[in-house]
Amino acid sequence: MKRGGSLTGLAGLIVAVLVVALVVLAPVLAPHGEAELVGEVWAPPSADTWLGTDNLGRDLLSRLLYGGRITLVIALAATSLAMAIGCTSGFVAAISGGWIDMLLARAVDAVMAIPTLIFALVLLSVLGTSNPILIGTIACLASTRVFRLSRAVAGNIVALEYFEAARLRGERLPWLMVYEVLPNALPPLTAEFGLRLCANFLFIAALSFLGLGIQPPLADWGGMVRDNAAAISYGGLAPLIPAAAIGVFAIAINLVVDWSLAHQAGQRG
Amino acid sequence: MTRLVLQRVSLGFLTIFLVSVLIFAGTEILPGDVATAVLGQSATPDAVEAMRRALGLHDPAVVRYFRWLGAFVSGNLGTSLTTGRPVGADLWVRLENTFLLAGVAAAIAVPLALLLGITTAIFRDTLYDRLANVIALAAISLPEFFIGYLLILLFSVQMGWLPSLATVSPGMGLGERLATIALPVVTLVLAVLAYMMRMTRTAVLDVMARPYVEMAILKGVPPARLVLQHALPNALAPIIQVVAFNLAYLVVGVVLVEVVFVYPGIGQYLVDAVAKRDVTVVQACGLVFAATYVGLNVLADILVILANPRLRYAR
Repeated sequence: MKRGGSLTGLAGLIVAVLVVALVVLAPVLAPHGEAELVGEVWAPPSADTWLGTDNLGRDLLSRLLYGGRITLVIALAATSLAMAIGCTSGFVAAISGGWIDMLLARAVDAVMAIPTLIFALVLLSVLGTSNPILIGTIACLASTRVFRLSRAVAGNIVALEYFEAARLRGERLPWLMVYEVLPNALPPLTAEFGLRLCANFLFIAALSFLGLGIQPPLADWGGMVRDNAAAISYGGLAPLIPAAAIGVFAIAINLVVDWSLAHQAGQRG
Repeated sequence: MTRLVLQRVSLGFLTIFLVSVLIFAGTEILPGDVATAVLGQSATPDAVEAMRRALGLHDPAVVRYFRWLGAFVSGNLGTSLTTGRPVGADLWVRLENTFLLAGVAAAIAVPLALLLGITTAIFRDTLYDRLANVIALAAISLPEFFIGYLLILLFSVQMGWLPSLATVSPGMGLGERLATIALPVVTLVLAVLAYMMRMTRTAVLDVMARPYVEMAILKGVPPARLVLQHALPNALAPIIQVVAFNLAYLVVGVVLVEVVFVYPGIGQYLVDAVAKRDVTVVQACGLVFAATYVGLNVLADILVILANPRLRYAR
């Protein structure tokens, strides 16, 4: 069981690293430019265009390679920001306690009572869709879950003697957060980072698919599914390829996170 | 018990109230206002001023919030900023379509998930169990639109059995309507089935590890009876929670699926409104979605109370 778990984890890691490497090296690897018209609309795969062409006659493989960049960068940026906001507020809530804790916890409860996608749509309808706004919106909504986890984890640490000692020593809040709580909270938070990255990645793909995420002419995987959706009526595979890329990457990250969680549980037990 | 249930219900109403505040506040964070958003940058100051007066935008936000909420509760959902049509009329027709889609999906997914979850728990570690788990793990990670387009390709383009677009019209009979929405229903079922099944399996197995079940095994209770009569009643509470959670997820998943199949539901309505920045429609749809979501969670809480004798007979 344990051996099998680490095998799938390794497979996930290899696939994830491979996807990231392909996407990072897009300018070197891509046979054509991101917006270059190379042939007929929805041409079948050929020696020149390995995966065929898209709805405007652009090379699907090249767009897939370039498209992964923006999707991944935005997912990474949003997740990092969400972790920063969520951890800071979660630690503050756990260490301060009292009304600050109460206020933050209730506010997060209220936000979490609205389905994330719906709340994101409400916000984007007013703010419009630019990449910084996309990152900010997703980060804020994702930070609610990070807040809950980091508050719970920090809550356990705050009750320990060494933390009490630091508090009695008169250390200030920033020191307590960075040097006392953070090191011990790191393992569950890294797993959370993976989970959030996967969720945010799928979320951005969904928003772009709805036409409300990353805007053209930038290529991105969710948007490519949307652009090529009509090809399906002619039996074309064009929308399925980017959709499959999204799925493969999400599964890979999930496998790595599963393995890391099992590993942590094994260490503790 | 009545007190507990009433508590949940009032808490639900409080949550919906808070949610309405959040949704209203969410549409207020822009420095400009609805008038400039609708009329655009090039509008004359006079035109903007007239629109502001017509919409009552000069009043403080609190006054406008309660006016909006009051109108909403009494059934007046306002008029769409882009089409000028009353939101209520459009919304109800679409809500009916969405509830049909989600309802049929739930009616299939819930019993199927329970059946699969319980049987995999009974035949634990057999090939059947492993196979079901691997497929479930893959299905959880795949985006809905991938499943949706794959189904379209297989069943409507390759085999020609079912229509690829779920265009329903008011005059359709129920049978015809069900055939039209078959593919979106299957997509939704696949999207929620896997998670529900896995959690049901976990909940049943969790109870199976308890001493009283061991006792039942030792006295020779047959496996099926053991799971159904001894383990299941105690696993009911977590299962109800999971089912409710996934039905709530269905509410959101329906947005993507409606767009894939161009189905005239409330999800499509919301997405179109967001693209056109039609704030009135977005507010109304957002509140309806959120209220459904909260409502399902409250319902789950109540069912959990009813399923637990200790809570059922509590003073």
